Formats: sequence, C-alpha cells, structure tokens
Amino acid sequence: MTPTATRLIVFAVWVIVLASVPLWAGNYFVRMAILIAMFSALALSWNFIGGFTGYPSLSTAAFFGLGCYVGALSQRAGVPMVLAWLVATVFVGAFAAALGAIILRLRGHYFAIGSIALVEVTRLVISSWGSLTGGGDGLNVPLVQGGPDAVARTFLAVMLVIMVIVFAVTVIVDRGRLGFGLRCIQQNEDAADMVGIDTTRYKVIAYVLSALFCGTVGAAYASWTGYIDPTDTFSILMTIKVPVMCLLGGAGTVLGPVVGTAVYMLLEEVLWANFLDYNRAILGAVTVLLILFLPGGLLRIDYRALVARVGARSRPSGAAA
Amino acid sequence: MQYLQILVNGIVLGTLYACLAVGFSLVWGVLNVINMLHGSFIILGGYLTFFAWHSFGIHPLLALPFVALVLYGIGYATQLMIINRVVSEPVLTTLTLTFGLDLILYNFMTVYYTATPRRVTLDLGVLELGDIFLPVDRLFGMALALLLTGLLYVVLRGSRIGRAIVAVRMDGAAAALMGIRVDRIYAVTFGIGALMAGAAGAIFSMVFPITSNLTGDFLGKAFVVCVIGGLGSVPGALAGGLALGVIESFAGQFFGPQHAITVGFVLMLVLLIVKPTGLTGIKGYE
Repeated sequence: MTPTATRLIVFAVWVIVLASVPLWAGNYFVRMAILIAMFSALALSWNFIGGFTGYPSLSTAAFFGLGCYVGALSQRAGVPMVLAWLVATVFVGAFAAALGAIILRLRGHYFAIGSIALVEVTRLVISSWGSLTGGGDGLNVPLVQGGPDAVARTFLAVMLVIMVIVFAVTVIVDRGRLGFGLRCIQQNEDAADMVGIDTTRYKVIAYVLSALFCGTVGAAYASWTGYIDPTDTFSILMTIKVPVMCLLGGAGTVLGPVVGTAVYMLLEEVLWANFLDYNRAILGAVTVLLILFLPGGLLRIDYRALVARVGARSRPSGAAA
Repeated sequence: MQYLQILVNGIVLGTLYACLAVGFSLVWGVLNVINMLHGSFIILGGYLTFFAWHSFGIHPLLALPFVALVLYGIGYATQLMIINRVVSEPVLTTLTLTFGLDLILYNFMTVYYTATPRRVTLDLGVLELGDIFLPVDRLFGMALALLLTGLLYVVLRGSRIGRAIVAVRMDGAAAALMGIRVDRIYAVTFGIGALMAGAAGAIFSMVFPITSNLTGDFLGKAFVVCVIGGLGSVPGALAGGLALGVIESFAGQFFGPQHAITVGFVLMLVLLIVKPTGLTGIKGYE
C-alpha cells in the first residue's frame, strides 16, 4: 500500500468515526465531534501557509471572525443559510487576497507581528462599528429549525463536509506543482525565486487557501451557535491554538493537522474536566513541552526506532554486553 | 489651549509606553525572539508592587527595585533553562514557546490575584500650569519611566555587560569568537527585558488601575512601539513610545477614545509595509 493510500484510509476511518458519534453517544459528544471537525478544518487551512510555506501566520482568528460576521449579517439580511456561507467564503477569500499581496512582502518576525495585528484591527473595527455589527453586544443569527438533536446532527454533517473538502484540497496541493513550489519557498525563498518560482503568487495563493475555509467554518459556526460577539470570534487564543494543533500533529504533512487536532481536543477535554482552574496553564505546559521535545510533531517521530530502543532497553543487560 | 493639554497627556502616556516597550524591543533586537510573556511580566510587576503596598505598606518607590530584581531573576532563569534551547529556531517556534509560557504565568496570576482592577493610590494632588492640569502621580510616573529608560541606555552604552549585549546584537557569531558567552548574554538580556517590564508595571500601578486582563493590551502597545521606533534601540523605543502616546491622545480626541487603539494598530500596519525598519531604522546600537 502506498503511503498516500494509507493516509486516505486513516482519514476516511476517522471521518466515519466522527460521523457515527450521534449513533452511539449523547449530545455532549456530538458537540465535541463538531468542534473536532471544525478545528481540523481550521488546522488544515493553517497548514497551507504555516506548514507548507513556513510563514508564521497568526491571522486565523481574523478570517474566522470575519467569516462569522459576514455569514451572520448576510443571513440577517435574508440570504439563505447555505448561500450566506458561500458569501462569507468568497468575501474572506477576497479579503485575504487583497491583504496578502501587501502583508506577504514582510518576512519572519515582521510577518508574524503584522498577522497578529490583523486580528486586532479586524476585531476593533467590528466591535466599534456598532451600527452594523451590534458592537460589543454581539449579534443574533436566525436559529435553525428543528430540535437540538437534529440541529447538532446537521452541523456535524456540515463541519465534516468542510473538513473533507479542505483535506481534499490539501491532498491535491501536496501532490501538485503548487505544493512543490510552496515547499521550495519554505526551504529557501530566495533560491525558489531564483529557479523561477513566482514566489509572490504562490504565497498569496497559500494565504488565500489558508483563509478561504476559515470563512466557511466561521459562517457555519455562527449559524450553529446562533449568537456571536467580537471577543469570542476574534480570540487571540484561537489564533495560536490552531497552529499548535497543526504543529502537534506535524506541520507540512497531510494528516498531521487532523491528528494534532484530535489529540489536542481530547487532551483539552480531559483537562477542562479535571483542572478547571488550571486548564490554561496545563495547555501552556503542553505547548512548551511540544516545542521543546516534539518539534516535528507526532507524525515525524520515528516510531520504529522508538520501539527498537525501548525493546533494547528492556532486554537483560547481560545480553546487550 | 485644549490642544496643549492633549499634547501633554500624550507625552506623559508616551514616556510610559516607551518604558513598557523598551525591554520587549531589546529582547526582540538581541535574541530575535518575540516575547509574548512581556505583557504578563508587566502585570506581574504591577501586582507585586500593589501587594507590597497594600499588604505591607511598603511605598511603591521602595518596592520597585525589589520587584525589578525578582522579575530579572525570573527572566534570567526562563531564558537560561527554557528559551535558550530553541533560541535559534524560526520565529514560529520561539513565539509559540513564549506564548505557552505566558498561558502558564497568566493562569497563575488570575487564580491567585483574580482579575479585579487594582491601583496604588498615592493622592499626590494635581499640578496646574496655566490651563494645563497634570495629576502629580502621573508626572511622577513619567519621571520614573524616563529615569529607568535613561538608565538602561547608560548601562548598554557604558558598562561591560552592556557592550557585550550590543556586540551580540550586532553579530552573535563574531561575539562568540571574541570570548563572549552568548547564551549567558541572552539570559541577561531576557532578564533585563523582564526587569524593565516589571518596573513599567510598578509605575503603571501607581497611575492606572491594572488587571491581568490588560496583558494583551500591553503586549499590543509593545508591538506598535517597536515597529514605529525600530528594534532594539533605546532612543528608538523612546521615539516610538512618544509618537504612539501623542497619536493615541489626539486620535482619542478626534475619533473618540474607542478608536484610539485602532489608529495605533493601523499606523503600525502601514509602517510595517512602508518602512519595516522603523522610523529610526538603525542596525546596531548607538
């Protein structure tokens, strides 16, 4: 079996597991499955710019928040729900394209700072534009008809579809010319430029890909929860959480963001339940340990070597000598 | 005369911003690390000062050197034991690491101190100069901020360790060849960054109510000041801080106070694109 086929099978099994949650578990777990699918889509999106291209983009929350607001405002203006999601997707994509052309001229630390500032500026604009967005009071979104069970199932399906689409795009990019070009940029941008890769165009494409589906996810999230406000949707915590999920699994890999998100979310769930006061600190500790001891992510560990090492250690010392 | 009052307010605010950002700027310039912990260090300094005053009746001015020393120790140890291990990695790694550390510190601060706004009240009265009103505690804070920033400048310029820091900032590899222990200098620099943050926090606690919810805002100010003023230079941070203070003050007047922060950030984005080296745009230290 080729590595790609293995990846596809693992992913398919995982999607089926998530989709089957309503059949064997209560609403609490369905909600969790929705969040896992949602964050997987966000982490996969971030992977385009942060993983393949190696640009420390921290603007996920800006795209997500804009998606929330554009979707919610369109729905309030009478646009049908699914169409509103598309509007949000297109809007956020266009926003990223326009901005990317400017902000991607920056490199390294300056790009990181610029992309964080983007989150702050969009949040401040949204929260001070009270006449349109309701400001700090937030915005109500028309609720979806049906009981809580039906709504949860619908949105689980929606988030899973988005996640599958982003994954499909990732596989295509990974195997195609674009992915190759982005990896070249990640390794050495000047050299990539030299050998004829249109670096600006490639970077903008990667940035737009990283934003596009955040818009969709945001709009769907707004329809799901029925209420959004600026602090919740443009959270600085999210903007760092998504890259951490991706790094945990392995940035620049196809399956890494999905694995990382699953592990992170399960971990977070356990921590929330057991250490309510200290969950942030423990997440911080997880982040620190990840950076120090697992820089390549879970998928980059050489498990065979690990097993061999553990096996060698457990053997009696006489045999080794 | 209203404009003069706004200008004066802006300058007072600006010196505080300069003091707040200079440590962040130094760490960024010398270590090439974006220190996400900086905001929490400021608040920690503020809290320590407040509790020294509130619980033990120690005057903030007396507490300040001790607070600064404690923060220096925390910063030094953090850099030596944790951050030094990945200090040459790409920005995403170091940024995520310091963010993780910030989550830990922030969490402990909110648990032990809660997020209630707190402030040291000195009741020094108000100074009236013609039409201009100046609360004396602010004036006092401004003087202190200028003094500390100036002190850092002198230390970097005059002392042995200061010259070593400057040397590492200019060329780490060459500095190592000259016998400078670069990892120690990194730790000292990070310690000084934390020290300046703690001192700034101590000053802030005398002037404004502080709460752990402000860590993000302070960090944001440090970003903006650094981009306006350029990295790792004391005069740059001073220029950036003053510029931001005055601009925010006027923006608050003309567009309403809720837009003052937005204007600062937009200005920063524009500057990032037009002139990413900052207004002073110098490479090494003076």
